Amino acid sequence: MVDGSASLDRVRARQGWRYRAAVAGRVVLAAFGGYALAALATAFLSLTLPMVRSEAVATATLLSFAILAGAVIWVFAARTLLRAAIGLGIPMALVGVGLWVALGLVAAGPPA
Amino acid sequence: MRPGFRQSMAWLHTWAGLVTGWVMFAVFVTGTATYYRADISLWMRPELRAGPSDPIPAAERGIAYLKTHAPKAMAWYVSVPQPDRPVIGVYWMDSLEAPLGQALLDRETGTPTRARDTQGGDFFYRFHYELQMMPTLGRWIVGGAAMILLVALISGIVTHRRIFADFFTFRRDKSAQRGWLDAHNVTGVLALPFHLMITYTGIVTLGLMYMPWGVTAAYKGDDLRFFVESAQSTTWRPAAGRPAEALPLAPLLARAQGEVSEPLEMVIVNNPRDAGATVVAVFEEPHGLAHQHPQIAFDAVSGAVVERVGTMKPAAHVFTSFMGLHEAQFASPVLRALFFLCGLMGAATIATGLVLWSVARMPKAGEAPRFGLRLVRGLNIGTILGLPIGMAAFFLANRLLPVDLAHRATWEGGVFFGAWALAALVPLARPHRRAWVEMGLSAGLLFGAVPIVGALTTDRGFDFLAFDAAMLGLGLVLALGARAVSLYEGRRAAARAARPAGGLAPKGLVKA
Repeated sequence: MVDGSASLDRVRARQGWRYRAAVAGRVVLAAFGGYALAALATAFLSLTLPMVRSEAVATATLLSFAILAGAVIWVFAARTLLRAAIGLGIPMALVGVGLWVALGLVAAGPPA
Repeated sequence: MRPGFRQSMAWLHTWAGLVTGWVMFAVFVTGTATYYRADISLWMRPELRAGPSDPIPAAERGIAYLKTHAPKAMAWYVSVPQPDRPVIGVYWMDSLEAPLGQALLDRETGTPTRARDTQGGDFFYRFHYELQMMPTLGRWIVGGAAMILLVALISGIVTHRRIFADFFTFRRDKSAQRGWLDAHNVTGVLALPFHLMITYTGIVTLGLMYMPWGVTAAYKGDDLRFFVESAQSTTWRPAAGRPAEALPLAPLLARAQGEVSEPLEMVIVNNPRDAGATVVAVFEEPHGLAHQHPQIAFDAVSGAVVERVGTMKPAAHVFTSFMGLHEAQFASPVLRALFFLCGLMGAATIATGLVLWSVARMPKAGEAPRFGLRLVRGLNIGTILGLPIGMAAFFLANRLLPVDLAHRATWEGGVFFGAWALAALVPLARPHRRAWVEMGLSAGLLFGAVPIVGALTTDRGFDFLAFDAAMLGLGLVLALGARAVSLYEGRRAAARAARPAGGLAPKGLVKA
């Protein structure tokens, strides 16, 4: 499948420890980062979607696995591991802050 | 991972598919078998005859058994006989932590059934979502593998720019790799809506276990409350702490049946023998997708209706419809057969994908295969043929183990795993191509033996024609399919030389 010597070198470079570490990094980021984002989003949407809470929980849980799949795709599509981490970290921080505010509102106000 | 989105996705599809392939093959095969769970159970309990029975007296017999055998339980469950499940199933819960106790009773007498001790079709059903491991561990492994498969499906779609053209392309004579790629594409694309649907709905079926954080946030983790508010179950009424005599069951069930047109499916008694006992009549799902059982709860002592499970709101309806779609309880025989074929095609997509990985990395002439390739080849044959061999051995064990053997059901499971392990280990000691032929032939012979052994050891005559035909069909597909793999796994010249003998073989696998 590999013809030119240049591409053969590239294949060899890919097998190096640096490449393997990058792959391992993405696997860890996709699994734990992706799940963390999906979990935060599920909790956030369950509290904030404008419907009765059983409906919000059902909707959020249904969506969560699409969010997780999207996050994993993103981690492996991004050009570098750093970009992948930033692209996952920003929505995680936003949803995390949103959840923190929503939890505060639920604790302060009457039960939804 | 690679320059360009499509290249990254091709890489992701290859590796996500490889790491999840073996587990998901087993999940697809056992899940597909589960579409015919009732039929498998009937075959495995040849002492029983299918047929209708009166549900309310059967429920009373079940409760009478539980009164004497599980007097201290906090909840009793009685599933009434169905035409294709002619036994009374009784289950009891001693505490929230303890596993459910269970027994199968004769529908006429209410005493433990005389049918042989077997898990029947439930064996594959439980394997399908917990791999016959510790439930929590097995479910997380299956869920993780299913999630990776979902990613592999999405990245696979991105990889296929020419998805529509590929649909009509099957170049089995061009080259080994092409042929496998096309077989993978045809089985994958033809049933793609099914593959996506079944993977996503499967994850959703155990979704609240995998993703409990919505319930954690909105209900402080009280999932019973969630099930009540989303109209999936009745409220748990706490025990009063003092005993009381319950009303006779039959009149309550008759009153409940008067309100509901669906047949009775299950009777639940919460806090039996307590003054706060509740009787819940659960009915079968009305025709439709959703997993929505009508339920009426009575105070067991006064007989007053305490709750009727209402209609579901849209999101809960969608959620339970996903579960209903996955289990296909709603499906007519034709649609069920279509689901079955789609499930087989899913298994074939995974199997061809796994073989494709090893064909694409075939060593050049004279080179020894590397460890990674040898490992994948071993796991491929050990899963793709090992699991069916285990299943055929399981069916044979059902007929050949002595009927009164102690722990008989456990022995059947032991035969399943023993045969599977043997079928996975033997090929490691054999040349790779020969191993495919030998194991394929073994699988074919074992499946072919099932109807014969079945006919010789029971007096049921032609009662199981459909089951027997399925066994013969599977045996044929496995023997021919394995032959196809051995032809294509060999060098192309060798494959060409061997073609006249096995020219029809590849089609067998594609049809599967």
